[in-house]
Amino acid sequence: MESSLFFGISTMAYITAMMIYITYLAFKKAPVGIIATTVTIVGFFSQTLAIILRWKEFAELSGMGILRSAPLTNLYESMTFFVWCLILGYLIIEFKFKNRSFGAFITPIAGLVLAFIDLTGVSKEIQPLVPALKSNWLLAHVTMSFIAYAAFAMSFATGLMYLIITAEKKSEISYLFWTFTFGLFAILLVTMGIDFLTFQVKVRPEEFIKSYLFKTSFLHPSSVVKIISWIASFTALFVIWKYGYVLKGVLEKLNVTPDMLEEITYRSIAVGFPIFTLGGLIFGAIWADQAWGVYWSWDPKETWSLITWFIYAFYLHGRMVRGWKGKKVAIVAVIGFAAVIFTYLGVNLLLSGLHSYGSG
Amino acid sequence: MEQTNNKSPIDKVWSFFASVKFAIIIFALIAVTSIFGTILEQRAEPAKNLQVLSRIFNESIAPGLYNIFDKLGFMDMYHSWWFMTLLVLFAVNLIVCSLDRLPRIWKLVKEPISPLPEERIKKFLINREISLKGPADTVRKTVLEAAKGVGFTCHEVKEENGYQFFAQKGNYGRLGVYLTHLSILIILIGALFGARFGFKGFMEVGEGTVSNTAFDGNKELSMDFLVKCDNFDVEFYGMSDMPKEYKSWLTIIKDGKEVMKKSITVNDPLTYEGITFYQSSYGLIPNGLGSGIFIFNVVSKNGHSSFLNLRLGDSFQIPGTAITGKILDFSPALRIMNGQASTYANMMNNPAVLVDFTESGKQKFSGWIFRRHPESWQLPDGNRVEFHNYWGVEYTGLQVRKDPGVWVVYLGCILMSIGLFTAFFISHHRIWIKLVEEKGKTRIIAGANTNKNRGTLERKIDRMISVLNSRQEGAK
Repeated sequence: MESSLFFGISTMAYITAMMIYITYLAFKKAPVGIIATTVTIVGFFSQTLAIILRWKEFAELSGMGILRSAPLTNLYESMTFFVWCLILGYLIIEFKFKNRSFGAFITPIAGLVLAFIDLTGVSKEIQPLVPALKSNWLLAHVTMSFIAYAAFAMSFATGLMYLIITAEKKSEISYLFWTFTFGLFAILLVTMGIDFLTFQVKVRPEEFIKSYLFKTSFLHPSSVVKIISWIASFTALFVIWKYGYVLKGVLEKLNVTPDMLEEITYRSIAVGFPIFTLGGLIFGAIWADQAWGVYWSWDPKETWSLITWFIYAFYLHGRMVRGWKGKKVAIVAVIGFAAVIFTYLGVNLLLSGLHSYGSG
Repeated sequence: MEQTNNKSPIDKVWSFFASVKFAIIIFALIAVTSIFGTILEQRAEPAKNLQVLSRIFNESIAPGLYNIFDKLGFMDMYHSWWFMTLLVLFAVNLIVCSLDRLPRIWKLVKEPISPLPEERIKKFLINREISLKGPADTVRKTVLEAAKGVGFTCHEVKEENGYQFFAQKGNYGRLGVYLTHLSILIILIGALFGARFGFKGFMEVGEGTVSNTAFDGNKELSMDFLVKCDNFDVEFYGMSDMPKEYKSWLTIIKDGKEVMKKSITVNDPLTYEGITFYQSSYGLIPNGLGSGIFIFNVVSKNGHSSFLNLRLGDSFQIPGTAITGKILDFSPALRIMNGQASTYANMMNNPAVLVDFTESGKQKFSGWIFRRHPESWQLPDGNRVEFHNYWGVEYTGLQVRKDPGVWVVYLGCILMSIGLFTAFFISHHRIWIKLVEEKGKTRIIAGANTNKNRGTLERKIDRMISVLNSRQEGAK
């Protein structure tokens, strides 16, 4: 298990980079930015090495050859691969647009994913493949899906930044939307964190989510705690709404322009959408046809990827409607990524269906 | 406004169906309604969804809600009339909007590019102007080379006081969108075709038996050939109970003749006469556990061996010896803990037989022989009883599918891939460069236009201009 050492290094590097990028955002000192990039690159190389090592370990253990032993067969492996794609995408954008400000928005996503792995106790063991996953389609289907997810994550970050930077009034829909999304995200993280700290259970993530989620807050047996949780949440939403414009000021000080954010959002989706269609939907359908005898069965995972597909189709077509390009479609881009998260995690953890490999 | 008033009702309906707004309304409706079908389990027992509803809402209102959702078709929503209507509207929108826009786009694709007057070139969103020393005739070659350097091989016309160069690339990229639209229609047609003329069902075939019928609820598919299951087996990882492979050995029998033999696994089905059989499940034949056949290879310590087919209660002799064994008991999944033998699963996870050995009437020893543990095959006296299989007790569950539309769907998928990649990654670039000679200098006016990714083309044009500028400096 040499791979876990390098995974550990990369996790630490990304979380450190996240803090440095945020410092950079606050003080805008060039050397700080260079350190942030360096730390990210170190993390990226360390993770690349870790994935290669794990791939090798898996191939040796399963004896199935390189093509079929891609380390992409459970929740832990897919999440780390997602982080890898995201960081790669971010580094490309950083070099292409010569702008480090996105780092403060992208590295937290990477950090959160890695924290989620540790928080929920997702199994890091190398597990043998169930018969249904023994196929050459695994590699193509899963890698392409995750490259697309990473591209969508990028569009989420820049879409959100776009909404922040273009907000003019506190009463306008786009401002309400982003502060609400941001608040909801924060509330979810905090309540899940409290759940975890309270129960300290080393259970499988699906059990954690099914049986323990919100038991310390919204679903607490005592109604006093319930009411306090709701009041606290609404207060948090209100505070974020009230002071959210501060972030606008921070972004404005950096040299990001709304046009640039719009372009990156569109470009990320323009890359993600065809890759998602081909790798996620089409390859998925062909594989399902081969393994289950149905190319489409309205299984929750399939349906949710179709929902995601329609939301991004909405984005792409919405840009052509007069007056929609800009804030309105940026909202759609943000919603699109929420659907991605649900397709990836929510379906496996909350709904049941054929596609339940990723939950272990 | 005037224009709208003059439109006939048919035109109005047409432009409504052709509009992007209508498309995105359909997208939103399909996406939002689809969510319900992932929360409520489709075609499930009512009790399941009642439970789901009472978990989300409240136990008291769950039955009422269930009735409402049931009446609206949400319990099998992807086949309900209203979801079908949404899909039909989606298809109509695709057809109408494509027909509406295609002639214009087709013209843009086919139209050869032609020279433009200076004012028009300057009006493009990307336009640059520089001035180079020397007459147009000498500058001409430099400009053509610079344009070629960024990937444009230009046509050229001689004009008054100079030249005009123009080129276009990726004009077919504009058709990608329409190819994608067409591919969706093809996939929908393929799915319709499969639903109308295809069959999806399930059959169970016991080891050693044949069947020619698959079932889909009450629907029945009778095939004019027989499917025989020669054997079924689960392979496990090492000594664990984690399945590695499910495998069925099938034979197709037509008119009394064996026409095909194949072993299938989860990702490797068998297809015969357009009907495909997929490894889907397995299990024990009801009440059949005692009546299977043990396949042993009995090897004596001096090398005599014989293959034996035996039943529970049968006796056998180890070749070349006076030792006989009698099969006393069988377990599909035996576990021995603290000296106690017990059956831990109702599947063939760890088959074992209890054999009692006697030599000329005298009891020698007895013990469990495990199929998955070859070390248990070795008897204390040096003879060996290899337990190869317990056959005739399991059935294989096969998903049966006949879908004449699947190739149409695949064709649609291929077209969609081509369409999307053309639509997103091929831009229609057009450039015009006008050279005007004025007092020993040549003014160069460049304009460019694209249907997407303006930044990329802009960077190309800037690269071309900077090449021209550096030539100028080099010539000084």
